[in-house]
This record gives sequence, C-alpha cells and structure tokens, in this order.
Amino acid sequence: MPLLEIKNLSVSIPTPDGDVHAVRAVSLDIERGEIHGVIGESGCGKTMTGMAALGLVPKGARIQADRFHFDGEDLRENAVRLRGRRIGLISQDPAAALNPVLSIASQMDDVIRAHRDMPRRARRAEAAGLLAATGLPDPERVLRSYPHQLSGGMQQRVVIAQALATGADFLIADEPTTALDVSVGAQVLALLRKLVAERGLTVLMITHDMDVIAEACDRATVLYAGRSIETGPVDDVLQRPGHPYTRALLAALPDAAPHAARLSAIEGSIPAPRSTIAGCAFAPRCPQAMPVCAAEPPPERGNDGRRWLCHLPEGTR
Amino acid sequence: MKKLVHRLGIPGSIALAIVTLFVLVAILAPWIAPYPLQGAGAPNVIAKLQPPSASYWLGTDHLGRDILSRIIYGTRVSLTNGLLIVAFSLLIGLPVGLAAGYFGGWIDEALMRGTDVFLAFPALLLAVLMAAALGPGFLNSIIAVAVTWWPWYARLARAEVLVLRGQPYVEAARLSGVSHPRIIIRHILPATGRPLTVQAALDVGPALLTAAALSFLGLGILPPTADWGQMVDAGRKFFPARWWYSAMPGMTIFIIALAFSVLGDALRDRKGGASRASA
Repeated sequence: MPLLEIKNLSVSIPTPDGDVHAVRAVSLDIERGEIHGVIGESGCGKTMTGMAALGLVPKGARIQADRFHFDGEDLRENAVRLRGRRIGLISQDPAAALNPVLSIASQMDDVIRAHRDMPRRARRAEAAGLLAATGLPDPERVLRSYPHQLSGGMQQRVVIAQALATGADFLIADEPTTALDVSVGAQVLALLRKLVAERGLTVLMITHDMDVIAEACDRATVLYAGRSIETGPVDDVLQRPGHPYTRALLAALPDAAPHAARLSAIEGSIPAPRSTIAGCAFAPRCPQAMPVCAAEPPPERGNDGRRWLCHLPEGTR
Repeated sequence: MKKLVHRLGIPGSIALAIVTLFVLVAILAPWIAPYPLQGAGAPNVIAKLQPPSASYWLGTDHLGRDILSRIIYGTRVSLTNGLLIVAFSLLIGLPVGLAAGYFGGWIDEALMRGTDVFLAFPALLLAVLMAAALGPGFLNSIIAVAVTWWPWYARLARAEVLVLRGQPYVEAARLSGVSHPRIIIRHILPATGRPLTVQAALDVGPALLTAAALSFLGLGILPPTADWGQMVDAGRKFFPARWWYSAMPGMTIFIIALAFSVLGDALRDRKGGASRASA
C-alpha cells in the first residue's frame, strides 16, 4: 500500500465571484522511501495539494477525494494530528521559517521538547546530532548562532533538522531549493536523497524546476490546471513523455534548445482557476489538439505506475 | 549623553530630564523635602496659608504644611499611581489581546466586542463611575482608571499579534508540533512586548493625570496622604486670595504631564533605530 494515496483530489475555495478550483483532479501514489516530484507551473495546484495533506487549506475550502489517505489514515480527518508528528514541511524560504531573534539552539529545543520527554542536556545533544545528520559542520557553533549568521544553505539544513526532530517520516518539501543558489540547492537535494536512503524517509517534492526532478526524484507527477496529467518513473517521464504538455515543458528547457536559438515557450496561458473545463485543460494550447480534445475529458493511457491523460493514441508522438 | 540628545532632540531631552528628576524626587522624598513630617501629613497650625517665602518656598496650606514638601511627597503617590494603572492595564489588556489575535475566530470576536464595551464609554466618565462605585482610596482609584485603560493595550497587542501570527516561522513552529502556549511565549510575546512596553512607559503620564483628576473630584487619594489632585481641590476654597495653594500642585501636574507628552513624541520620532512605538 502506498504511504500517501491520493485519488481524484479536488480543493475548491468559495469566493463571492464563484468557486476557485485550486485543485481539480489530482491522483498521486507515493511509495515508502521514494522521492516523488510534483511539477507544474504557477497556479497548477501543486502547493495546494501539499497544503491539503498538511491540513492547511484556506478557511472554507472544500476538499473532496475518492481516496486521500496517509498510511491508511484519512487525511481529511487526521491531517492536523499527523502534521508535526509524521508529516513535516520544508518550506521554500528557510530564512523566513526561522525566528530571527532566537538562537538555533532554542528553536531546535522547542521542537524536540514538543516531541520527546528528555532532560535538557539530552535535548541539546539530540539537537547537535540532528544538525550533524544534515551535514552541518561544527553543530555546536550552529546551535549558538542566530539565523542571520547562517547562509541560506545552512538555514535550510537547520529547517530539515527541525523536520527530522519531529520524528516525521514523510516530508513535504515545497520548492526547497528556490531560495538557494544552484550549487547549494544541489547540496540540499543530495542531502534529502541521503536522508531518504539512511532514515527511510519519504519525500513529496514540489517544484517547478525540471532539473530538481531529474536530480532528486524517483518518480514524478506533472500537474496542469489542477489535474495530474502524467505520472511515472522520472526517467520515463523525462525521456518518453506521454502528454503533449510534458513534452512542451521539456522543450522549453534552455539546454533542449540549440545554442543562441530563441527558447521555445508554450503559447497561451493556463485556464482561469474559476472556469469549468469540459475536455482536456491543455487543449487550447496543445499543438496536437483535435476537435475531441475540447469536448471530452481525455482517457487514461499507459499502464500501472506509468499513466497519462490524452486523446492521442499511444505511439503517436 | 550627546548621542541621546541627538536621538531625542532638545525638547525630548529636556522632557526626559524632567521625568528623571521627578523619579529621583519620588525616591528621595524624605531626604530632600524641607519639612518631611509635614510632607507626610503632620499639621503645623502656627503657619497657616502663608505665601511663598524663604522658609516656605511655595507657601503653606490651610493646615500650615509646607506645600513644596507636600508636592514632593505627592510625587511618590502620583508616580506609583501612574505605574500601577499602566501595570494593571497591561496585566488585563495584554493577555486579552494576545488570545484574541492569536486564536482569532469566535474567541477574537468575543474578546474584542467585550473590549469595545469599555471603549464605548468616555474614559474619564467611566473612571468616575467606577471610583464612585468602589469608593475612594489608593487601590480603588487605580482600579477605576485601569478599567478604562486596558482596552487600548488589548487592541495594540492584538494588532501586533495579527502581523506576527502570519509569519512563516510561527507557522513553521506550529507545523513542527510546538504547542500554542509555547509559541505565544517564544515567538509572539517578546515581539509584542517591545512596542507595548514603550507605549506603557509613555502612558504613565496621562495615567497619573487621570488619577489626579479622580483625586480632585474626591474619588481618589484621601487626606492626610499628599496627592496633587487632592491638593488642587483643597486649595480651591482659598482661591484666588491664596492662589499658591492650588496653583503650585496644579503647575506640577502640568509640568509632568507635558514632560511625558513631549517625551512620548520624541520617542516616536526618534532618529536612528526602528520607531515601532507609534500606536
């Protein structure tokens, strides 16, 4: 059984001008011990999917799903209890996730004491151990530091150490490398891979960066307009994309284009989050669109673990 | 010193000096008052209602007591009044504001609507009503003023908390399973504490002014304890012929209230450093 099981998740937020469909139909299975990437452009619902799993949807939002389970427990009822215990969040901006006026030691201590009953000294040792586990050299010095004395990469390691301190075995990493420069970001991704291997963690990696997917993830799901349109092992998704949107995304990568050529972009823009979509959401922008695409929801192609939604028959690329 | 004058400006520095002087006077009252016994209330009927002179710099009252000594002793009462009013107000207002801002929802609604009830009355009228209901006396007059004072702190605290509550590090702490009380103590209280303490320090002046007003109306400090407001009231019967009896304590109230007000403005606009005192 997958650790996180999402089938047909939708999140809609009522507003005076009608419902905003932040997530329309996302299906996602995350197996234990894998890093599962969720990729899509802004507004595709990737962050909202993660927040729904943490029970952090806006007030009044409606969550509906055929299945929305974490380790057999329904997240619609248990998200608030599970977060901070089994589900942790690594946020986009580590500098903002740390209180600027408190030392790392006291912020680590707050988390450890909330989860474990140990004497002060043991908590301090635990904190140092966790920081060391995230690859921070000289953890004692880091503990004495304040957030502004640490680099972005170090701050992100502290945030990861805090997530580990909760004892969580499932981490939701919401663009964990966006605020970091490329080389530091790569180190943080390597660290996450190492922690997954050593501690049996499972990670949901939310990103808009194909490189992050290629570098760190085992499997990936592509989101478009609040729907999961393609999922599969990373190599398959990147090398043999089934959905025209995934292909267009990959074609838009700078290294896919010949040097000095104009970068390719996807024409048009994503459908408005308030609109209702009859057929395939990508149809208006799709170079291979057929009349049926705008009218009927696309059928599922592929097989177990490698699926995409498209009217184009398999093999026609 | 020079740096301080630069940061507060000249009026602000003078105001600070005056406030400091009053604090010192309050502490040192028995040693600096020319007639400590009279300051504490002992009558001296052979020198009733004498005009200012070399031996009684500010004149004497209807019981022959040296007005300067009475004012010096009154400083203790007035400053204590001001401090305690603000302290009591913080004690009620801060927790109410913290709870309302942090938990939001119906808790916020209930607490802030309750607060609004107190704000709906004119402050002095409410204080007079409370004092009349509780009866005169040191503690009662403080409670009476504090009842009208705390809603402002509740509002200020709530406003600060609303900003802080949305900080990612507060959410991150929450997501790491840190408990509500701990988040409030660790992340919220220290940050709201600073602007609130500045505001509270500045409120000591207006608070003691209100307490003096209650004393003037006979609802505050009772004789023989020296109190400025009560002295102004007692001297009223002899005004204007024995003008000094009311005028001297009146001037004192005026000076300290002005000093606190100027100091407050100076702190708000002080140069350098964050001016988070603006409320």
